Amino acid sequence: MQPFTTLTAVAAPFPKPNINTDDIYPGPLASPIIRLKKASMRDRTQMGPNAFAALRYDENAGPNPDFILNKAPYDRAQILIAGANFGCGSSREMAVWALAGIGVRCIIAPSYGDIFYNNCFKNGVLPVRLPEGEVQELLALAADAADPTFTVDLEGLTVTGPDQTPHRFEVVEYYRQALLGGHDEIAATLLRLDRIEAFDRDYRGQRPWIRY
Amino acid sequence: MTRKPETLYEKIWNSHVVEELGDGVCLIATDRQLIYDGTSFPAFEMLKAGGHAIRRPSSTLAVPDHSVPTRDRATMSGGAVAMVEQLRQYAADHGITFFGLDDERHGIVHVVGPEQGFTQPGLILACADSHTSTHGALGALAFGVGSSELAHILATQTLIQRPSKPMRVELRGTPHPAVAGKDLALAVMGAVGAAGGVGHAIEFTGEAVRGLPMEGRMTLCNMAVEAGARSGLIAPDETTFAWLKGRPMSPTGADWDAAVAYWRMLASDEGAAWSKDVAIEAGRLAPQVTWGTSPDEVIDITGRVPRPSDAPDAAAAAAWKRSLEYIGLEPGTRMQDVTVDRVFIGSCTNSRLADLRAAAQVLKGKRVADGVRAMAVPGSGLVKKAAEAEGLDRIFLDAGFEWRDAGCSMCFGSRHDSVAPGERCASTSNRNFENRQGPGSRTHLVSPATAAATAVAGRFADVREVA
Repeated sequence: MQPFTTLTAVAAPFPKPNINTDDIYPGPLASPIIRLKKASMRDRTQMGPNAFAALRYDENAGPNPDFILNKAPYDRAQILIAGANFGCGSSREMAVWALAGIGVRCIIAPSYGDIFYNNCFKNGVLPVRLPEGEVQELLALAADAADPTFTVDLEGLTVTGPDQTPHRFEVVEYYRQALLGGHDEIAATLLRLDRIEAFDRDYRGQRPWIRY
Repeated sequence: MTRKPETLYEKIWNSHVVEELGDGVCLIATDRQLIYDGTSFPAFEMLKAGGHAIRRPSSTLAVPDHSVPTRDRATMSGGAVAMVEQLRQYAADHGITFFGLDDERHGIVHVVGPEQGFTQPGLILACADSHTSTHGALGALAFGVGSSELAHILATQTLIQRPSKPMRVELRGTPHPAVAGKDLALAVMGAVGAAGGVGHAIEFTGEAVRGLPMEGRMTLCNMAVEAGARSGLIAPDETTFAWLKGRPMSPTGADWDAAVAYWRMLASDEGAAWSKDVAIEAGRLAPQVTWGTSPDEVIDITGRVPRPSDAPDAAAAAAWKRSLEYIGLEPGTRMQDVTVDRVFIGSCTNSRLADLRAAAQVLKGKRVADGVRAMAVPGSGLVKKAAEAEGLDRIFLDAGFEWRDAGCSMCFGSRHDSVAPGERCASTSNRNFENRQGPGSRTHLVSPATAAATAVAGRFADVREVA
């Protein structure tokens, strides 16, 4: 996993609340790029073309000029500033893989779908939570196409927009370290296997009816 | 010494904590997992890439549901065959029990798990599908995970997460007999909103919940995730125990007695603290129908499409406007004047025997309106068999419904089943998102009985007037 420390990049505004993972990673029928271009979505490092596909392409799988990420300078965006409950709906981790596939490394929103939020940390994508009012300010700043450059600092825990005002955010330390170090969670847990097995013996001893 | 009062969620969570890793992050032992054709495949690829074995294959049940065709299976081809075969192969390679399409136990994972007794009170159950919240209806702590989290579970039989915050939704009163679990679920959506449960696990309590059959409870917990909650939960009671007794994987004999004694303790304590606490009067609730493209955009079946100017804030007004454009409805329109093209009864929300019975009761001796194409898709092979044993298939077929084999079917648009662009569908599924049932599809979420009444009327109908 690619570590995340500090990112300075263009941020694109997505103010609509409740953008769901079907929107972020549509199924084959709703995706012109899969339906018409027969794009394969087997490899999770190659899912970028399907990001926001129902919105991003026209019916012939050409670029929809009205979609924000098809417009300069937002076509270079690595940060999304979004409305509440971003990534709600389906558990599909493809939503994060597709965002990572188009270069998105950070999302800033008041809240997230719970499963999507956890999925981000597994893939080097930082979901920043800020209060609704601050996100509204940042959305307004990002909407100015002349200068929508933001800096997100995971070590200092700040987001700074073009007005140079730092916004402090919090991330649970475990998740912050996971992103900073890009660690292998399964390997780390397997180092605790003795402890897990001891727990299991105790747990099963108290619940003899549970058969595995 | 008095123990701090705990919620049901906290009891189950705390009994599974192996180690605290700081800031509330816990290494928790998970009991069981369901896998299906789709989001589990990347998990197997990750395990292979990392050189990890599956720690406890017997805790896993594999059932293909998402990509399977629900008719003409003898001639199924292409992608569906490959997906089912891929899952079968992974299961065979790792010694995981697999229910194939030729096995009557096959069906939608969230129907099969409870039906087999694989889901039990007090367990932590995970699946790389958001509607895993369904299993909370049995008093299990069940939640959807991503593929990376599933890989971690398969390799270690544990998960690293922070607990959700406890939220209670009390449904008071005794609803009209035609008002079902789905109507309660949609009313909850309307009351708390699509983000109302974010960061929380919702425990459903109250007289209206106690009065629900297991199927209705599963519908309610299924939709908890549409309110943003990773889990829904209902404390197990006599209804739960009666439903579980004798299931193939349920405990037997002395084990059963010990299990029930333990399960009886799985209830929130008096005085437990709730991060959010909501009460809804269900006694006078009307059947519900969604009008927009988010499950919380919902009104009474007797209601009218709302105006964006009535939205609580500017962002909501903009979202409502967009929803109305997509769904093709004018503000002020009576829902009962809105005609439909398609009716879908099925999905992990509403494909169990009680759901099919409720729809059949409305359909008996009636015909689907001209121009409406309707289908009923049982949630499992066993549901289908039980429904046919009591003649429900004849009622559906005589009414002009298609009667299919088990699978996820038209809950989402697939090559096999989809709603055409611009078509309007009354659907018993869980998501009315843009393009969900196919590109340009217009989905309205309703209960099975409302779907049946709507199929007959050709427009959204108040089932209380026909039931």
